[in-house]
Amino acid sequence: MKRGMIDFWVGLFVAAGIAAILFLALRVSSASSLPARSTYTLTANFENIGGLKVRAPVKSAGVVVGRVTSIDLDTQRYVARVTMAMDKHYEFSRDSSAEILTSGILGEQYIGITPGADNKMLAQGSTFKLTSSAIVLEQLISRFLFSKAEDGSSNTEK
Amino acid sequence: MSTPLVQLDQVRFGYGDHDILSDLSLTVQRGQVVAIMGGSGSGKTTLLRLIGGQLRARAGRVLVDGADVGGMNETALYDMRRKLGMLFQFGALFTDLSVFDNVAFPLRERAKLPESIIRDLVLMKLHAVGLRGAANLMPFELSGGMARRVALARAIALDPMLMLYDEPFTGLDPISLATIGQLIRELNDALGAASIVVTHDVAESLSLVDYVYFMADGKVIAQGTPDEVRASDHPFVKQFINGEPDGPLPFHKPAAPYAQELGLEIVRA
Amino acid sequence: MRERFIAFFSGLGHPFTGALIKLGFATRFFLALLRHSPMAFIRFRLTIREIWFAGVLSVLIIAVSGLFIGMVLALQGYDTLVRFGASSSLGILVALSLVRELGPVVGALLFASRAGSAITAEIGLMKAAEQLSAMEMMAVNPMARVIAPRFWGGVISMPLLAAMFSVMGIFGGYLVGVQLLGLDPGNFWSQMQGTVDLRFDVMNGVIKSVFFGIAVSLIAVFEGFDAPPTPEGVSGATTRTVVTSALVILGLDVILTAFMFRGI
Repeated sequence: MKRGMIDFWVGLFVAAGIAAILFLALRVSSASSLPARSTYTLTANFENIGGLKVRAPVKSAGVVVGRVTSIDLDTQRYVARVTMAMDKHYEFSRDSSAEILTSGILGEQYIGITPGADNKMLAQGSTFKLTSSAIVLEQLISRFLFSKAEDGSSNTEK
Repeated sequence: MSTPLVQLDQVRFGYGDHDILSDLSLTVQRGQVVAIMGGSGSGKTTLLRLIGGQLRARAGRVLVDGADVGGMNETALYDMRRKLGMLFQFGALFTDLSVFDNVAFPLRERAKLPESIIRDLVLMKLHAVGLRGAANLMPFELSGGMARRVALARAIALDPMLMLYDEPFTGLDPISLATIGQLIRELNDALGAASIVVTHDVAESLSLVDYVYFMADGKVIAQGTPDEVRASDHPFVKQFINGEPDGPLPFHKPAAPYAQELGLEIVRA
Repeated sequence: MRERFIAFFSGLGHPFTGALIKLGFATRFFLALLRHSPMAFIRFRLTIREIWFAGVLSVLIIAVSGLFIGMVLALQGYDTLVRFGASSSLGILVALSLVRELGPVVGALLFASRAGSAITAEIGLMKAAEQLSAMEMMAVNPMARVIAPRFWGGVISMPLLAAMFSVMGIFGGYLVGVQLLGLDPGNFWSQMQGTVDLRFDVMNGVIKSVFFGIAVSLIAVFEGFDAPPTPEGVSGATTRTVVTSALVILGLDVILTAFMFRGI
């Protein structure tokens, strides 16, 4: 094999390998984690976060606007404190509310933000005033059964 | 007399508990072709590796051009080796390179020369061994004798001041053998170098060399010029030159008594 | 004290002390290899030749295996997913399995048996024919001239081959999922792209393959260099390269995956 031919094939090989990595990067995956510099931090307290996980998306009107960066327990009030990295492009008014939602019935959980009407915006480090917790399926079912049982017992009383 | 080019001074070397060389001393002067003779396994190849710095002596000194090889660090060792050329027993040509590239190898690796000069040098070296016509062949296309000559051209590529030959005559037909022998002498005289030929080919080397050392049990047991050696009545030298199977160099490796190992009892009458 | 220390280890028997001695030698070998590595980049042509042998010549087996594995993944995955009505997630399944695990791991296993064994055999035979010794006597360090370029050629080739394996696998999954089973191509790609993460899936896969490349290349050059200079010695070393590489790849995979695991 001539030297020039080896160089040609090795060049082609390296180009194909880099193209494969680029394909994986651009077509197969997406950079879901936002770069650190263009974000600001918001927190929200929830009574129950259900199955929410770190890196879960934060969405508003279905558009991803941020990521959950940490979840911990506030030991004074015993509520879950969720910290989010929000995209700088998107700002929300101070009376916006955050709730934990589920995509589909069994899908992953995410934080949904419903914007408010206030003129003042939530700044770096501020906290959502209005939150609603995750819907926990077991609680939902037991509440449903309980109310059915109540109905049943009130019916027999009649 | 000037300082000898190679001097071994009471060198001891071995692996594990077993000493291959014990108390070996010899000298090689510039311009000399010296043969080291001895039976197989008498430590001749080990001796060449000690001179080349691939092995280090346990005791004693190995001096090449006045410098102690055993005390050199890696850089100094590689600098020293530039002055050496070694012909390996079976040539050790690089099988993935052509004859031309094999001879060019030390030039390209060690000397910063333009490719046109390298080409001329390679053709000169190949011409010296009579194989300029084989420049474009691959090593597997060469006969044993030709491969050895190419390896010789490669060994002299950088005009070494000391040539080491490890069994250069083994496995060659008489014509190739004579050719190699003649080349060793001619190249030595042309380069003004010294050569050490490790061999057990008595007839060829006695006609070729200036001085002979006989080795056995890791020691030099006899030495002299070829004429002295031929006239010697040293029992080992006589055994070696005449090719007698048994003598001071025993036919049998030391072992337990034969009858005992076969499980026979010796019945004494 | 020193005598008791040595006596303790020799009491453990030859297999144990032999393994320790080999590990020590391998470490020393690796450090020497790193010290002589600049040569592999200053004279990059030497390394290019090794990328040719280790990388270019492995492309065919990597591409074909990747294609087949992707097709099998799609067939098997479809069979399971369709029971949950989740067949549109097939792209996710194929891409995640390949990018995170199968690309780097199976790619490295194939690389060890195709290129690693060849490197070991080549170096072992060069040693047996005294070529390495001859090089040393010509004042050329075999570590810089022979070992380092082969090592770096392997290290450079491995991530590229693993990425090719993954891409071919995804293409195989696409062929089966979309062309054969009739899934919607838009759904296939968009679900995949929506779930597979650049940093946590693709980059971690690439990092894994770099580690595997270093491990396999080191084992291959070391076994070749350490091979006894006999026909049995070289054949044994070639086998050891494949076996040791496979074990090290799988063991490293567990460790690396544990490091990269991001669940809570």
